[in-house]
Amino acid sequence: MTLTQHDIDQEIAAEHAAYDKRVADGAPVEHHPRRDYAPYRSSVLRHPKQPPVTIDVTQDPELVELSSPAFGERDITEIDNDLTRHHRGEPIGERITVSGRLLDRDGRPVRGQLVEIWQANAAGRYAHQREQHDAPLDPNFTGVGRTLTDDSGFYRFTTIQPGPYPWRNHVNAWRPAHIHFSVFGTAFTQRLVTQMYFPNDPLFPYDPILQSVTDDAARQRLVATYDHSLSVPEFSLGYHWDIVLDGPAATWLEEGR
Amino acid sequence: MTKIDTSRPETVLPTPSHTVGPFYGYALPFPGGGDIAPVGHPDTITLQGRVYDGEGVPLPDAFLELWGPAPDGTVPTTDGSLRRDPATGGYLGRNGVEFTGWGRVQTDAGGHWYARTLRPGARGNSAPYLSVCVFARGLLVHLFTRIYLPGDDAALAADPLLARLDAGRRDTLIARADGAGTYRFDIRLQGEGETVFLEFQ
Repeated sequence: MTLTQHDIDQEIAAEHAAYDKRVADGAPVEHHPRRDYAPYRSSVLRHPKQPPVTIDVTQDPELVELSSPAFGERDITEIDNDLTRHHRGEPIGERITVSGRLLDRDGRPVRGQLVEIWQANAAGRYAHQREQHDAPLDPNFTGVGRTLTDDSGFYRFTTIQPGPYPWRNHVNAWRPAHIHFSVFGTAFTQRLVTQMYFPNDPLFPYDPILQSVTDDAARQRLVATYDHSLSVPEFSLGYHWDIVLDGPAATWLEEGR
Repeated sequence: MTKIDTSRPETVLPTPSHTVGPFYGYALPFPGGGDIAPVGHPDTITLQGRVYDGEGVPLPDAFLELWGPAPDGTVPTTDGSLRRDPATGGYLGRNGVEFTGWGRVQTDAGGHWYARTLRPGARGNSAPYLSVCVFARGLLVHLFTRIYLPGDDAALAADPLLARLDAGRRDTLIARADGAGTYRFDIRLQGEGETVFLEFQ
């Protein structure tokens, strides 16, 4: 049976309604997707059926998960955060500057930590062998960047506006334009991989990956804000996107950092 | 909504997780990602295993991150896991001398992963273990688990996490000895023999 966008729309609506009812009945707000979100078909066989075993980190401050791997200047080069300079020529597309702060749940900046990004090119194609979308590759754009946050927790990338692209979740499935982010906190428990979207994308309601975040306010936190003060004259348009890490951190380690 | 007002704590809410998708492979893995142990270190252990889905099919598009203490139980604070070459922009690889404690390994086409690291030391009340974070296409939020090593039954019996689990589930967290210094640790995301996954609060 061919799975259509209409089928997926109905599943998405049912998941939203179920979430709204849970919250109305007193369940807590869900900031993250559920791992068993069937409209994203790849999740069906890849989510645990057993509930996770909870660990109360206050019981043992020595847990290794309360510390984080370290990254430093030798793990990046000066142009790693400028994806437009990784080849001899200029990539095709609209140049953008993406910047924001990496914060913990208490709003404190996470300093000197690794932020990695990857994305499709302006035509909506990844520089990946398994990518089957026949949009053109750009010999001057790979779409991989990394940086360390500064002393105020800021990161900054210069890149190309990625294009939307089709995928095979269902017939006529399209991903809204996005940039993948992978970030570390002060504790391994805060590890986060996510995707940043661009404002006012008409594809939002149709995308089961974005809609897997069933809480409306949480979903909005995945969308960057156009920020004219970040736009670089004669060069790029600016987007601001702050990232807040979840998960407990060893607050007592943070003193004096 | 994406400028966070840190002066109002109630507005500081977490950024939702998303799947890594299918195309992280040219961005996140790096050469020598699983060669965490310094070259020739006497406490080196080899870990390997497969990642399976709910039908027992190995995942060719998953990766793990391993994070663990040094053999004396101290937490590494050394950077340099993914050293870059400022001349070419490429990877230099680890220097083979320092121990960063962290590695990233992807599964191959057969769902198989491997890593060489140092035998973790004990910390706090726990038996020695390595922390593991699992990422995959189809997995909307990463999964945490732990690799405990067999051998010291008293330490394993006293571990606060293992003590809370029934015997069948507990065993999913203990690697199987597979020869000298070599261990096997399979991860089952769903179904029979499902690995115990953890949530930190």
